[in-house]
Amino acid sequence: MALIETTGITRTYRMGAETVTALSDVSISIDEGESLAVMGPSGSGKSTFMNVIGCLDRPTSGSYRLAGEEVSSLTKAELAGVRNRRIGFVFQQFNLLSRATALASVELPMLYAGVSLRERRERATRALTRVGLGERMDHRPLELSGGQQQRVAIARALVNDPKVLLADEPTGALDSKTSIEIVALFQELHEQGVTVIIVTHEEDIAAYSRRVVRFLDGRIVSDTRQEPRNAAADLKSPRHAA
Amino acid sequence: MRLADAVSSSLDALRANALRSFLTMLGIVIGVAAVIAMMAVGGGAREQVNQQIKSLGANLIQVVPGNVTSGGVRLGAGQSSTLTDDDAKAIPLEIPAVQVAAPIVRGSGQIVARGVNWSTGIVGVTSDFFEAREWTIERGREFSPEESARGGQIALLGQTVMRQLFGDDDPIGQEIRVRNVPFTVVGVAEKKGQTMFGSDQDDVVFVPLITARQRVVGANRARTSSVSQIMVKVREGESLSNVENDTRALLRQRHRLQDGQDDDFQIRNLAEISATREQSARTLAMLLAAVAGVSLIVGGIGIMNIMLVSVTERTREIGVRMAVGARPGDIMNQFLIEATTLALIGGAVGVALGVGAAKLVADAAGWPLLVDPTVVASAVVFSGLVGIASGLYPAVRAAHLDPVEALRAG
Repeated sequence: MALIETTGITRTYRMGAETVTALSDVSISIDEGESLAVMGPSGSGKSTFMNVIGCLDRPTSGSYRLAGEEVSSLTKAELAGVRNRRIGFVFQQFNLLSRATALASVELPMLYAGVSLRERRERATRALTRVGLGERMDHRPLELSGGQQQRVAIARALVNDPKVLLADEPTGALDSKTSIEIVALFQELHEQGVTVIIVTHEEDIAAYSRRVVRFLDGRIVSDTRQEPRNAAADLKSPRHAA
Repeated sequence: MRLADAVSSSLDALRANALRSFLTMLGIVIGVAAVIAMMAVGGGAREQVNQQIKSLGANLIQVVPGNVTSGGVRLGAGQSSTLTDDDAKAIPLEIPAVQVAAPIVRGSGQIVARGVNWSTGIVGVTSDFFEAREWTIERGREFSPEESARGGQIALLGQTVMRQLFGDDDPIGQEIRVRNVPFTVVGVAEKKGQTMFGSDQDDVVFVPLITARQRVVGANRARTSSVSQIMVKVREGESLSNVENDTRALLRQRHRLQDGQDDDFQIRNLAEISATREQSARTLAMLLAAVAGVSLIVGGIGIMNIMLVSVTERTREIGVRMAVGARPGDIMNQFLIEATTLALIGGAVGVALGVGAAKLVADAAGWPLLVDPTVVASAVVFSGLVGIASGLYPAVRAAHLDPVEALRAG
């Protein structure tokens, strides 16, 4: 059974008198455990696609089934619950709360899941260790490098054991070496069974995914599979070696 | 989200902007502090007035000679001599609700003892006076009925006079000269303190009524049996106003006043004075409550203002929270709790400041510190309500943000 299955989803916005179509009749099926890159120029609809897939937004029409559950007609509160349990977001600007320590940031999703303080601590510690930040749990965003902040964000995305990790331009604010490190982390998580969807406009980053879906003008124009590059290996190559 | 977690994360948010939070709650702090302080000070002042009224004697009606018109010249109250000993005797006989009616003759003059002199009030009384005023003798004894009737040359001193003339020495048995007439001190009256009008009730010398009239103040009185005042003590549980009416009727009849003719005496009811005081105190309290209401509303508007700014500033944070699973209700609770916490802390700080200020004033003025727990409780509860009311609109606005747009915010 497909983890993500959209059938003819359309998303239109009303802008004054005009109606803008951001997504037009998009049907796609993504299985659990896939590694997918969503590409396209700005305005192609890839961000809207990610928002709909991530249950941040609802399609104007069409069906979206996430893990077999029809979510296109859920209420805002129900969608919040779906995001909390099934989806982990990683953003370009990391989106950590500036006054929160790494530990507190990672605890945030569990706060909304009603997890007890003790379990929160325990699971947040584990998630931070998993992304290689076990030593910096009490640091605030300003005390962390961009790559470290993104690792905190990834730990936050993972902590409720979601079905899918949705990353929107996760390397957009990072230098190229750190970008590859983050991609290596995604590949590592993918190998551990996490479904990873990365939205990017960089071919270099898309090259690390097994499946590449390209958007243009709100439609999928290509859906191809490839042999992904190995980020861990690239890090050892002369180009990226420190 | 659990309530405890919601409260602790709200506190974190308030702490992150400590100065702003403090300034925001200042409106509530000042409002509540002002109300608590003024209520406590007002309560203390009222309590003091009540004690003073009580010290004058409860259930007391005072009858004083009224203004009479004599050949077109109107004399002021108390200057004529329309009341007599017989009036005073008649009142308890004719009106059963009266416990005792004490006639008084007032005068003033220089008193000399052991070479020290002091100008004071000289009051001629019978032993009924002490019963009417509920005034006990601290040292020595009262006038005996026989002494009262005979007009002995004996005196009871008020505390102030005793201190002025004798200092710490025992005045009992000592001789004093009142307007050059020698008297023997037989007792000292207990301390009564000030009247509500500020005069010292202890600055007085009591002598038997007859003696006062004959030897001290009586010389310039038109009628020898006239009195300056009759104090009527009403029996416990009887109506003061009934006794007042009965007394008026009795005296009009005794003075042979025709219908339509003015009273030639005045009746003063201390309970009325105290009721007037009570009424003005109540008016003051209502005024304070109105001021409190206004300041709390202004404080609430301040909180709402800052919460709206906060929602705008933290739009991205709200987006992030929504992305990781915050429901609209969670976001709403967060801002509501922040606003309510601000208001409650403001209220609590206000109570503390208000009580402190009231204590300073009470200590300085020598009043009892009266902090009404219901006032404190209602101030805190009301601040909480103000917090909820002022946080509601910003909280709803935050909860209705679209997650996608919130995440896009700078």
